[in-house]
Amino acid sequence: MFDLAMMMAKILVILGCTLGVVPFLVWFERRGAAWMQGRVGPNRVGPFGLLQSLADVLKFMFKETFVPAKANKFFYLMAPIIALIAPMCALSVIPFGSKVIVNGQEVFLQIAQMDTGVIFILAFAGLEVYPIILAGWSSRNKYSVLGALRGSSQIVSYEISMGLALLSMLIVFGSFNPYDMVAWQKETLFGFLPRWGAFVNPFGALVFWIATFAETNRLPFDLPEGESELVAGYHVEYGGMKFAAFFMAEYVAMIMASSLLVTLFFGGFNMFPGMGMLVDLVVNQFQFGAVGLQNTTAFFEFASFFTKVAFFMFVMIWIRWTLPRFRFDQLMDLGWKVLFPLSLINLVVVTIGVYYFNS
Amino acid sequence: MGTINISKKYTAKQKSYIPAILVGMKITMKRFIQGFFFRKHDTIMYPEVRRKYSDRFRGMHFISVDPAKTENCTACFLCETICPAQCIHIVADERDEDENPYGVKKEKKPVSFDIDALRCCFCGFCEEACPKDAIKLSGNYELAVSSREEAFYDLDHLKRPMNGRNEK
Repeated sequence: MFDLAMMMAKILVILGCTLGVVPFLVWFERRGAAWMQGRVGPNRVGPFGLLQSLADVLKFMFKETFVPAKANKFFYLMAPIIALIAPMCALSVIPFGSKVIVNGQEVFLQIAQMDTGVIFILAFAGLEVYPIILAGWSSRNKYSVLGALRGSSQIVSYEISMGLALLSMLIVFGSFNPYDMVAWQKETLFGFLPRWGAFVNPFGALVFWIATFAETNRLPFDLPEGESELVAGYHVEYGGMKFAAFFMAEYVAMIMASSLLVTLFFGGFNMFPGMGMLVDLVVNQFQFGAVGLQNTTAFFEFASFFTKVAFFMFVMIWIRWTLPRFRFDQLMDLGWKVLFPLSLINLVVVTIGVYYFNS
Repeated sequence: MGTINISKKYTAKQKSYIPAILVGMKITMKRFIQGFFFRKHDTIMYPEVRRKYSDRFRGMHFISVDPAKTENCTACFLCETICPAQCIHIVADERDEDENPYGVKKEKKPVSFDIDALRCCFCGFCEEACPKDAIKLSGNYELAVSSREEAFYDLDHLKRPMNGRNEK
């Protein structure tokens, strides 16, 4: 009973955080874009325009549920559902804190604790290509099929470099369990640098980071929905709440990719250097015992995980409004001729390095 | 002769994209900070804040009237004649003796004075041609209408109360 309640609470926290943050992200994307382009942006609905997304959702809700006449209705309706569910499932193995102690029992802050965590994430990250293909194909539109083709070829070519970068990290960590990976990154390098994956394996981090942009179809790799060429790409035939589902899925996928990046390369929920003093300060201030210490630590760990993910989300938005879209052949060149060999060489170097250090 | 190849070889720094990306990111960050912290925007909050246009701006037409609401127009057809878009249509009639403002003799008056704003090119020739300073172009640039009929300005609309040429 206790386990069930705790599990429900964790799912609620993760779902609430993810879906609750999406409207803010949409708002920030639009407002941030406006600021970067010297505009004002949406600022009419609510304070600073913060309720703009709610107004949009209200509008989406009252739109007609339209299905194109020749569309394959089953796949057409299934695509946005998969798009939203796949990244959310992948989030369930990302640890967002070490553990809290409730009623004298330890609760690990991770929905699903499994040893094959990374494989699980990869499986669900790989599922992200299906909604694009399904949506593009089932809506019987030339533009959406073109978008789907672009999306699938792009994701396939970037998934290889992403997987190789991940593999190099697996060799470093020696584990598939995200929780162990974060624990490994708790140590320090040379006494001052936190032993984060990005400091151990910077090339892997760079390749993985670039691949996450391509995986989430964000600019500069947003060819599946290149507005200027394909109207809206694979979701051109979707309207109302179904479009909103795709839109939300993009942000959930961004959150998932950022948290995966943070977990693998930027120390996961490990606190920033110097944050331990803050924990001590709070614990001494309120005279907490061992339980209080653990819970305070968990809170600060969650806060630092949140901050890291928020930073990478910000960078994603920042990059989006900085870089223009790649041409398709440039994209393929970058994927196959630059990132793929780079990640292969990196894998070999990391393997030799790990063998040398461990022996 | 023949073609001249002016393309340059890219240096390794240029090929790696990354320095260029960082420069671009610096610029967008600068703009972000300017917009977020210092509220520096190039656009305006339109309905509340309005741009100041030149006094010579040519917007929605009007016909100047005297205090007794009698139009200054004498239906001389000069504006209709000079109009390059042929969007002014006047029907003239004789004016009653007692209608004359301030005892000035005006023999003609427009019975109807229609301007097809959809045809009008806002060149301002009618304003220049008018000997009575009757037809004028105001500074009003909000000409949007919800039906075509509303874009045909009749005499009633043109004689709307205006306080000089530059009233918006």
